[in-house]
Amino acid sequence: MTIAKKSVVWGLFAAGGTIAAFVFPVLIALLLMVALGNIPEGLRYENIHAFATNWFGKTALFVVIFPALWHAAHRLRVVFHDFGVRLDKAVANAVYLVAAIGTVMTAFYLYVI
Amino acid sequence: MSIRQLELEVMRYDPEQDEVPRFQKYSVPCEEDWAILDALNYIKENVDTTLAYRWSCHMMVCGSCGMMVNGEPSLTCKTFVRDLPDRVRIEPLENFPIERDLVVVQDDVIEKFQKANLYIVRKDDPPPDDTEYTQSRGALYKFKQYTMCVNCMCCYAACPQYALDSSFIGPAVLALAHRYNLDSRDQGKSDRLNILADHDGVWECSFVGACSEVCPKSVDPAAAIQQMKVDGAIEWWKQKLPGGKP
Amino acid sequence: MSSQPYVRPISKTTWYMRNGRYKRYMLREVTCLLVGFYCFLAIWGLAALAGGPDHWNSFLESQQNLLMVSVHAISLIYFLIYMTFDWFKLAPKAMPVQLGEKKLPDRIIVIGHYVAWAFISLFVFWLAGVLT
Repeated sequence: MTIAKKSVVWGLFAAGGTIAAFVFPVLIALLLMVALGNIPEGLRYENIHAFATNWFGKTALFVVIFPALWHAAHRLRVVFHDFGVRLDKAVANAVYLVAAIGTVMTAFYLYVI
Repeated sequence: MSIRQLELEVMRYDPEQDEVPRFQKYSVPCEEDWAILDALNYIKENVDTTLAYRWSCHMMVCGSCGMMVNGEPSLTCKTFVRDLPDRVRIEPLENFPIERDLVVVQDDVIEKFQKANLYIVRKDDPPPDDTEYTQSRGALYKFKQYTMCVNCMCCYAACPQYALDSSFIGPAVLALAHRYNLDSRDQGKSDRLNILADHDGVWECSFVGACSEVCPKSVDPAAAIQQMKVDGAIEWWKQKLPGGKP
Repeated sequence: MSSQPYVRPISKTTWYMRNGRYKRYMLREVTCLLVGFYCFLAIWGLAALAGGPDHWNSFLESQQNLLMVSVHAISLIYFLIYMTFDWFKLAPKAMPVQLGEKKLPDRIIVIGHYVAWAFISLFVFWLAGVLT
């Protein structure tokens, strides 16, 4: 018997959940401000572009999005199980594939900005 | 002392006669300071000697009298009538097959206890006969709360993951394994993790937390399991590094 | 063992309706849909950012309607209650801190999380130029 590979995904789930818990509220609040027509200075193109072109910004954005993707994927897998869907292998492959695609897209866009 | 009349609705099941369990009503005159176990004993002694249920110490140390009281897994010796409404529904512990009346089949969990290496494991040579393993109070308090488990299995009755899939090793076994992982005298942590952080082990837990809420001894198995997940995740990486062995 | 132990059936799809504890757990678990949604919204934003000022401004404009205002407002409240606050409440269980013979009380760890959260939120607001 060995430690299951699930432990790796769980680590990402825990990290992603912690980061999401701390950072997502303020990000959603910023989006709410945009939606209400009150666009914060920092979200005007020149400023956000400058932020995303330097390495601090790129790293920060990646560190926020990447673990959160895997947190959502792993939790969604559990949600399917809890709602009675018993195809764990298929669900796991599907959700982790989506998370992987999201990861690649994040890295790609951060790279080209 | 005043007597309060309680209406007990007790689940009955006679495997030789009943297809499915049924409920039987009893009206019990309860003293103010009674636990619901006293009401069951009253029924057994005065009303219906055929009622089958487990109990022993009547002081929350043996773990025998676990049952569902108004839908909540509880030790009936610890659930007092003063805290209960006039109508009380008593059922056998959830998520276990019913043997008879309020008695459940515990074999599954007993087997799980045996699987988990729940004892101190030493890898070094034993010390000379005239020495002792010393342990500071701080080291003792690190794991003491997890020693309080009385194997009542209320946590298994509360755990929805165990309800959905009984191959899950479950809260009590994992909490007790954590007790040994935290014990400074023990050297068997990685072997234990290999068993318990495998499939059907810690990863089946989704941290509902119901186990800790119902535990009559405040063991907090949910905390033990989360800590074991952290240990398991770290151990997985440790075993992948050069020099680590599975 | 008796001749015929009885196994009580349980619904694999509606077991959580049995009590408040289980219902609250499910409400917590489905926050993953919000996390996933906002991750992909962020990725869409990154794509817009990579596309230049026009694409970025269209992205910002796409948020400016009643639907998105409602989505963000409701998500923010739901996320705070069922994700952030719940996560902070559960955090001490995974990280016991032993000081000598005693354990650091859980509420200290929870308060620490709230303080850190306040600092992080203020920092991000400051970065975004909201705090002038």
